Amino acid sequence: MSPEYEVVIGLEVHVELLTESKIFCSCPNRFGEAPNTNVCPVCLGLPGSLPVFNESVLELAVRASLALNCTVSSYSKFDRKNYFYPDLPKAYQVSQYDFPLAKEGFLDLLKDGRSIRKVRIERLHLEEDAGKLIHDQKESISYVDYNRCGVPLVEIVTAPDLRSPGEAHLFLDWLKKILLYTGVSDCKMEEGSLRCDANISLRPSGTETLGRKVEIKNMNSFRAVQKGLEYEVIRQKQILRAGGRVAMETRRWDEEKGVTAEMRGKEEAHDYRYFPEPDLPPLMLDENFLSRMKGELPELPEKRYLRFMESYGLSPYQAEIITSSKNLADFFEDTLLHYPHSQKVSNWLTGELFGLLKTSVKEIDDIPLTPLHLGELLKILDEGTLSSTLAKEVLEESFLSGKLPREIVQEKGLLQISGEKELLLIVEDVINNYPAAVKDYSDGNKKAVGFLVGQAMKQTRGQANPQVITELFKKRLGK
Amino acid sequence: MNLYEKTAYDAAMALEKKEVTSVELVESVLGRISEVEKNVKGFIHLIERETILEEAREIDRLRAKGQRSSILAGVPMALKDNMCTMGIPTTCASRILEDYRPPYNAHVTEKLQQAGTVLIGKANMDEFAMGSSTENSAFYPTHNPWDTNRVPGGSSGGSAALVAADEVFFSLGSDTGGSVRQPASLCGVVGLKPTYGLVSRYGLIAFASSLDQIGPLTKDVRDCAMVLEIIAGNDSRDSTSVPREKESYSSYLGRDIKGFKVAMPKEYFQEGIEEAVRESVMNAVVLCIKLGVEVEEVSMPHTSYALPCYYLVGTAEASSNLARYDGVQYGFRAPDQDNLIELYLKTRSQGFGSEVKRRIMLGTYALSSGYYDAYYLNSLKARTLIRQDFENVFQNYDLIITPTSPSPAFVRGERLDDPLTMYLSDIYTTTANLAGVPAISIPCGLADGLPVGLQIIGRPFDEGRMLQFCFALEKMLGFKGLKPKISADGVLKDVS
Ligand SMILES: [Zn+2]
Repeated sequence: MSPEYEVVIGLEVHVELLTESKIFCSCPNRFGEAPNTNVCPVCLGLPGSLPVFNESVLELAVRASLALNCTVSSYSKFDRKNYFYPDLPKAYQVSQYDFPLAKEGFLDLLKDGRSIRKVRIERLHLEEDAGKLIHDQKESISYVDYNRCGVPLVEIVTAPDLRSPGEAHLFLDWLKKILLYTGVSDCKMEEGSLRCDANISLRPSGTETLGRKVEIKNMNSFRAVQKGLEYEVIRQKQILRAGGRVAMETRRWDEEKGVTAEMRGKEEAHDYRYFPEPDLPPLMLDENFLSRMKGELPELPEKRYLRFMESYGLSPYQAEIITSSKNLADFFEDTLLHYPHSQKVSNWLTGELFGLLKTSVKEIDDIPLTPLHLGELLKILDEGTLSSTLAKEVLEESFLSGKLPREIVQEKGLLQISGEKELLLIVEDVINNYPAAVKDYSDGNKKAVGFLVGQAMKQTRGQANPQVITELFKKRLGK
Repeated sequence: MNLYEKTAYDAAMALEKKEVTSVELVESVLGRISEVEKNVKGFIHLIERETILEEAREIDRLRAKGQRSSILAGVPMALKDNMCTMGIPTTCASRILEDYRPPYNAHVTEKLQQAGTVLIGKANMDEFAMGSSTENSAFYPTHNPWDTNRVPGGSSGGSAALVAADEVFFSLGSDTGGSVRQPASLCGVVGLKPTYGLVSRYGLIAFASSLDQIGPLTKDVRDCAMVLEIIAGNDSRDSTSVPREKESYSSYLGRDIKGFKVAMPKEYFQEGIEEAVRESVMNAVVLCIKLGVEVEEVSMPHTSYALPCYYLVGTAEASSNLARYDGVQYGFRAPDQDNLIELYLKTRSQGFGSEVKRRIMLGTYALSSGYYDAYYLNSLKARTLIRQDFENVFQNYDLIITPTSPSPAFVRGERLDDPLTMYLSDIYTTTANLAGVPAISIPCGLADGLPVGLQIIGRPFDEGRMLQFCFALEKMLGFKGLKPKISADGVLKDVS
């Protein structure tokens, strides 16, 4: 019988920081400009140019470090990582080697409302991004776009603590949430502002020694990370079960073919010849700065997720959706200030409002509808003067125009008709108009009342209170 | 007296008194250049005559309106060819940058431009400032104006020779291990390496970032103070530039130096020094004492580490700084390459000269895994010890006096095949770079008709008092006024 294997995964995540300008020059930090227009002598690495550290990079990186429970070093320094590649204009990348900005943190991996694993963060360090190569297959020419050179990055390295491709995906979900919550990065994998490489090895279950690891690159979505790792688990299992040895190598995920393929062998491993960057002084952080940064940290998604379940009685599923973004969770809690029933707010938020956001392709913070609007609408609903069908219409109107629900209801005369006198007239009217249905009912088909109520609703453009009118029909026609 | 023979200060005074115009100064040096440059070969690139004259005319016009941007406005000068000049070739005397024209100006270029000085051209140098004789220029060696068979020193040999030959009134050089002071010494001019961080390195094409400093090469100490005043000062574009109040270095000149305490480290007078050099320097020491200066022998025990330490730190940084010349974005690209690796190999093999390649290899080796601790890390430790030597001495002394170079100018070709002897030319100068302290070379005499330089080293940012001391000493030394007798035929004549 072949042994069972345990999967061991570690991730290296590169995250572009959301600063105004690049890390060592004043070029704007922007995505999507025409090639080689967003550059200057410094980020082009022209002879004689020198880097100057952009202090706002530090705030974001420290925020990320604290959010990942890392110890931020009071002393860290920059080093040069030397290697030749056309997208690296200085032929070295300014990075941090033996004194990273932060180390020894963790991320609590939550699933279904509980922690399934504490993933250790080994280090978080600062570095500059490189440019981009654009290959023209037809002409077999490569071009370089230097716009991305000098975009500030943090590299986050986890310990080999993840135990399945699914956990790797989950880790990235949470990491992304944390970075979005703290405003550190926009984490757009499709724009390359979050990139992930993975190390994976297998070992016989119950053993402690790490197996021979393989690095996987070129995974361009969280799903691709999971798929690439799943493929690799199968591949490595097959090798091991056949009594083979997994080669230590870097493999490239091929999204189209759904396989990983060898990229470069270990014999070509680089000697990066790290040494202290002489053009930049070390980074010294004082306690005041660090405690200020700690104080400014918002409530983080894991905490909020657990709190929402506990305090508001939300299901893990609801809590997860609502805390998936800080703005959404804020919206939820702000709505509760106007209307305190969390379950109803959650239902409307994740139901109707999500639907509207989805069809209009908008985010919660760029619509005119505010928590006040939603709260007011739910209050009107409770008053029993508005049908839920109409409430949905009012919500949509409010969503588009930003008008308050009461205003809309009044303007359009949408208030529910509950007065018996008024409704009785309509009941009489319907009975006169639909004698067949009346007969049907009298003959014992009690379901026919539904048809009659429907007609009454139609006549009142939905304003009739359906409960009241059903009762009236029943009374009038005799049970 | 020809206009070009004047010091920068005298030329500035003549401009001030309206005795001459900038155009006349330019015409004078251009005339001088056309006469002697073919024997000096101090320039790599001369700016077009009409461009220079137009600039001079503009400065004259402004001056006539009572607007002059600095005392040196209208005075012609040269820059070492590793300082970026917008749109003007900046080659580092290397094939790999032969056609390179920077899209921006170095900080010093800007400062001199704002001061209204007139750039005549870019001075020859050892390729990427690596060398002590200017023979490593990819284009041609520069000749020493005192004896055109001899080297002017290096790496700022062009900058020094141009000033010595009166082709410009002053120039800038860069000093990584003595590259301003040693050629100043060999050419009989004044050369200063300021405190690390006093002059911005922005736009100076890096050799070794933690050692490089830009400094003036001038005809006398006063000129040196004036030029330093223009180029010194904080620059936010260089993170190693030190924020400090601007100082008036000229205001130190003429003050009494009686009571100065000067240290004479014995390690700088041991084997290897030529007798004539020692004599010249000792004469100067005697003069110091006559001026009321206290001179005492001291020991700086870690001096012998300086040269190996310098060649490790310097080459390590250089191997990284010079990696960007890969033929991809700018500069020379070797023809006929089939793939990326070939592009790199051919471009760098053909584009760099042998000394540059030697140092890139040394530095790459020193940083390689397995060797890093033994070489790079140990050299950092040695550097700390050398710095401590200076700190110790400066607790009790104001200045340190040493020779600048163990020998006067040597014959061209003599040390070319012997890099180790060549490296010894820097034996007295690398310490100041490693410690980051300011050091100046002033001419102190002649040995067989060749200038000998004296080095004065000071506390960090104590350039003012260093210059005060040198100014007083210069008067007594009696070298001032001695000129190489270079002429159109380039034959060395006796110095009268
Ligand atoms: Zn830039």
